[in-house]
Amino acid sequence: MKSIFKPVWKSVAAAFAASLAVGTAVAQEPIKIGVTQPLTGAFAASGNYVAQGAKMAEDHINAAGGVLGRKIQLVIEDNKSNPTEAVATAEKLIGRDKVPVMMGAWSSTLTLAIMPKLMEYQVPMLVETSSSGKITTSGNPYIFRISPTSEMEARAFTPMVKGFNIKKADFLATNNDFGLGASQEFSQMLKKQGVQVGVMETMDPKATDFSAQLAKIKASGGDTLFVTTAVEQITLILKQAKEQQVRARIITTGGSNSPDQLIQQPGDAANGSFPLVFFTPWFPEAVKNADIARKFVAEWNARTHNVGGLTEGFRGYDGIHTIVEAIKQAGKPDAAAIQKAMWNVKVKGINGDIAFIKQGPAGKESAQNVPSVYVVKIDNGKVIKN
Amino acid sequence: MDQLLQHGLNALMLGGTYALLGIGLTLIFGIMKVVNFTHGELYAFGAYMMYALVMLTGVNFFVALPLAIALGVLLGAALELLLLRRLRGADIDTTMLVMIGAWIALQAAEQLAWTGVAKSINNPFPAAPLVVGAVSVAWNRVFVLVVALALIGLTYGLINHTKLGRAMRATFQDRETAALMGVQIGTIHTATFALGSGLAAAAGALLGPVFVAYPSMGDLAAAKAFAIVILGGMGSIPGATIGGFILALVEELGAGYISSGYRDAMGFALIIVILLFRPTGLFARKERIG
Repeated sequence: MKSIFKPVWKSVAAAFAASLAVGTAVAQEPIKIGVTQPLTGAFAASGNYVAQGAKMAEDHINAAGGVLGRKIQLVIEDNKSNPTEAVATAEKLIGRDKVPVMMGAWSSTLTLAIMPKLMEYQVPMLVETSSSGKITTSGNPYIFRISPTSEMEARAFTPMVKGFNIKKADFLATNNDFGLGASQEFSQMLKKQGVQVGVMETMDPKATDFSAQLAKIKASGGDTLFVTTAVEQITLILKQAKEQQVRARIITTGGSNSPDQLIQQPGDAANGSFPLVFFTPWFPEAVKNADIARKFVAEWNARTHNVGGLTEGFRGYDGIHTIVEAIKQAGKPDAAAIQKAMWNVKVKGINGDIAFIKQGPAGKESAQNVPSVYVVKIDNGKVIKN
Repeated sequence: MDQLLQHGLNALMLGGTYALLGIGLTLIFGIMKVVNFTHGELYAFGAYMMYALVMLTGVNFFVALPLAIALGVLLGAALELLLLRRLRGADIDTTMLVMIGAWIALQAAEQLAWTGVAKSINNPFPAAPLVVGAVSVAWNRVFVLVVALALIGLTYGLINHTKLGRAMRATFQDRETAALMGVQIGTIHTATFALGSGLAAAAGALLGPVFVAYPSMGDLAAAKAFAIVILGGMGSIPGATIGGFILALVEELGAGYISSGYRDAMGFALIIVILLFRPTGLFARKERIG
């Protein structure tokens, strides 16, 4: 008898001990925050920088004791720069990891792909990078965007049209929600300012050869070329524009045009171009919360992250801080409570003071932050104030 | 008019590497009857070898180029010996599945080795373009075209004027009879796959420094190589050469005068049109292949 009961008692005791261990684990289990970024594929460089910025915020918050007495834990998924994969990451984060809130998804197309899932599962998402107007005007109340819309960028640029003395503008944009939206908003704004609009060219987001588009732009002969795409393509466009002797002044919009990465490229193709950015790490004193910006730049460099990633990474940092502030105000890591609390959040971010205004159809408004926008100049391999 | 000239010039510059890609693929298909899904990865491999040699180890650009091509030849030979040799006699579906697996494995390996961030490769050519009248072209692209044409010429010479080439042509025409005449089919297959792979690696090594190197770069290149081979007729080397230049021209003019956003779709639209009227491609031999 003894020999039969012994193992039974043992396993009961083990199960009891295990249940105790689970009990304590629940109390100390970190609050999970889902992050979906393009860590591979066409936007890999930018997505990784945003993830690095987000991890800095995670460490910063956990070092200061976390939130609601618990640590936070980022669950970072790779959406592979692909809208189908982006939806899969949202399914995984919400379904398997049970995150009450997400950040993502770097680029309008990826964000738009995920949006129906947010409605389905009623989980809020902070959008750190995406400029298409559609995201906040389509009536999705789970969207909280901290990056500016193309329309906001165009509006911020309006007073500079005179200074640049633009008479005729051409456009080259990536053929997706981000690029087409920007070309449309900027061309409308310029037309109102009495500027002639020449050709509006597009390119596949994966394309590497823009010779045909540039030949057409050269023939159009505008004095200014607005380019909207991610830094990978901008690098190639600046190089090829020099090769084809396109003489127009090039202004790159969208904020994913990392001037430092452009300068790091061989040759001097970036010189004379004007990037429109949302953070100016070269002169942190110029931004609203200069002390936060300075600390962020110092920490980024201390971690020996690529200096070219600062203009992307800050958004991951601001995004996670905003989410954690909402969790704090909500008082519990619950999707509905966080969604509600997000509206009252006021965060001192690197880009400026983050707070949300309502956009979109009444009753189901999306939230939009009003971020700062700057235009800088690349001159002699350096970024200078314009 | 200037714009048309510029488009034509751009197409000429691009056509050389397209032809290289097409010839490599069509050789392998014609002689081995293998649909080579790893072709694009050999292209990416060539570009990454240039990155490793020029940017990481500081090898001179002009030394690195033949080295990168040679490494591509070696990788091609290794693939043939390790995978295809064991599959000779297997049906086409099995071979295709294995090649698709090899394609995915190679791309994943590139991602693991080099991360997803695009790498740019320095080239020693002046940044200022060569200007002829109203049109201009970058020096590095002129170099790419010259080397591509030279490699195409060498391949023609090898196929048409050497003993190995004669054996390859014999295998192409009739594998069994060639074997009966004493041709070592195994050796011919290894040589063919190595040569085709080397040409793909050469295209990547040439274009890597013009554009950037990234792990999925081979996908579009492979799709275009298939387009060129179908366009020119499967197994036809002159067809692949001319097909490469035609594809480049159609892309350029289509992007320039119809819609630039659909540049990469132009070539595929052209294939549909050509296949409607000439189902075997432009230059296919009369008899059926495969």
